[in-house]
Amino acid sequence: MAGVTGTRVPPALDVATVRKEFALLSADRGGRPLAYLDSAASSQRPARVLDAMRSYEETTHANVHRGVYAVAEEATRRFEAARVATGRFIGAPVPDREVVFTKNATESLNLVAHTWGRRNLHAGDVVVLTEMEHHANVVPWLMLAEERGLELRWIPIDDHGFLVLDDLDRLVDGAGLVAVTAMSNVLGTLNPLAEIAEVAHAAGALVVADGAQSVPHLATDVTALGCDFIAFSAHKMLGPTGIGVLWGREALLADLPPFLGGGEMILDVRKDGFTPNDIPWRFEAGTPPIAEAIGLHAAIDYLGELGMDAVRAHEIDLTAYALDVLADRFGADITVYGPPAADERGGVISFTHRDIHPHDLSQVLDQHGVCIRAGHHCAKPLMRRLGVTATARASFGPYNDRTDVDRLADALDEAARFFA
Amino acid sequence: MAGLEDLYREIILDHYRSPRNRGELPSPPAHRVEGFNPLCGDEIVVSLQVEDGVLSDIKIGGSGCSISQSSASLMSAAVKGKPVDEVRELIGTFKAMMSIHEATLPRDGDGGDDHEDPSLDAAPVDVGSLGELAALQGVVKFPVRIKCATLSWNTLAQGLDEVAPA
Ligand SMILES: Cc1ncc(COP(=O)(O)O)c(C=O)c1O
Repeated sequence: MAGVTGTRVPPALDVATVRKEFALLSADRGGRPLAYLDSAASSQRPARVLDAMRSYEETTHANVHRGVYAVAEEATRRFEAARVATGRFIGAPVPDREVVFTKNATESLNLVAHTWGRRNLHAGDVVVLTEMEHHANVVPWLMLAEERGLELRWIPIDDHGFLVLDDLDRLVDGAGLVAVTAMSNVLGTLNPLAEIAEVAHAAGALVVADGAQSVPHLATDVTALGCDFIAFSAHKMLGPTGIGVLWGREALLADLPPFLGGGEMILDVRKDGFTPNDIPWRFEAGTPPIAEAIGLHAAIDYLGELGMDAVRAHEIDLTAYALDVLADRFGADITVYGPPAADERGGVISFTHRDIHPHDLSQVLDQHGVCIRAGHHCAKPLMRRLGVTATARASFGPYNDRTDVDRLADALDEAARFFA
Repeated sequence: MAGLEDLYREIILDHYRSPRNRGELPSPPAHRVEGFNPLCGDEIVVSLQVEDGVLSDIKIGGSGCSISQSSASLMSAAVKGKPVDEVRELIGTFKAMMSIHEATLPRDGDGGDDHEDPSLDAAPVDVGSLGELAALQGVVKFPVRIKCATLSWNTLAQGLDEVAPA
């Protein structure tokens, strides 16, 4: 997979030590800890992230980019340091100018639609999506399509949850943009972004990648991925809620109009107009999420310390184990969606039970201290393609271990007994 | 923490396993209306036939969890053959039962998990008048599931408004 580094053997993840950093996962909840299997929705946050945010608030807080006094300068320095760290984490060639802080991945994708999309897409222009996109990478394009009269085309998936790329040449022919997720939040599929980007670029289209699921779990190198924009959220990568990221190639961002209007995003304002600020601040109107940026920085440092290769190796191991356990213990009672091999997917397992609705499954599991998600996972076009209205989904973070998987399976047994 | 038996009463599981009035009525003459639970993707199709101010027939289609399916089944059994006015009244009573908890739920930080359930009797809802439907009152202890239980009722209310404006 492009963007995933090397074949060298990564240092193993010491899950027991990792877990100690997460208060919610160490706490005794009725005689046992929580088996938290919903990191694809939001990950937990280690003590060091919370400590960094608190320490910032207690020692350094002031508004950024404004004050001349020392504390304000230090706040600005730390905020911008978070930006650079974020850029380096994904291999951004120009980390201080290419990373835009937003509210979340959803806002990042909307930012692309509002700025790049409104400037470049007009009636009859084409946006290519995939059948496995999260609503965050569908609805902004549906909205723009409605406003502008765009044509949307969809890259289909096959029965294993892989994109069918045989027809890609034809699909991207004449397209302005390809919007594709790097990793499906339902199927776990890891899409060949570099390959897609090459075809898209040859056709003159740009590529916006949804990295909400991939960036937290795979070493990411935007240059190797070949995309033009990538969006992700801090809260899925051990960081806080309230801050997301849009990375875009410098030359592209430099050419774009502002997103929201207000303070921070301007150089000058007159009664008859304004001059927008330089990138990346042009896209960051108003006071940004400062403590959250500090928290994201701490999360990135922590992931760097664990090693993204180790995180990935651990999640492949856990996914392989879970797929085996589900097949062995439940056979045909449970249907798993997505690629059959653990190394071809992320640590996300969506499944349905032959007799029990996902909502009821997760309710029973909750009684056993096992947290999974049930629903459409904000991917209704995909649900329709799979022919279901909902699935249950277990997803992993670096703090999960095989015990969590065993508890999932035990609780599924209990659910089967309860509804038998 | 409320137990599973509060949620999954025997009557509910029975209606889930063998739903009553399952299917669709030919439309027209019947009226067909769809409801969606945006939270979980559950879909319900209610077919209803109103004649001379009476809900003479009803069928339930679609798919969903045990709570939404059993609630729809229980509803169909309770309203079939009833005057529309009475059906509307029943919808009101049922939805009031389902909203008790939301209104009296402790806010985070003032009671939390250990908070005892607010007494259902204290609310101005005559749960006794609901018959078998009262089995669904445990749902209010599981706030996320309330929408499952009310989906078919909201869908029916919409259908009635469309064919027999109040
Ligand atoms: C693939 C994917 N894209 C986008 C999002 C949206 O993330 P957020 O809600 O943080 O904006 C999510 C998470 O729900 C996701 O899984």
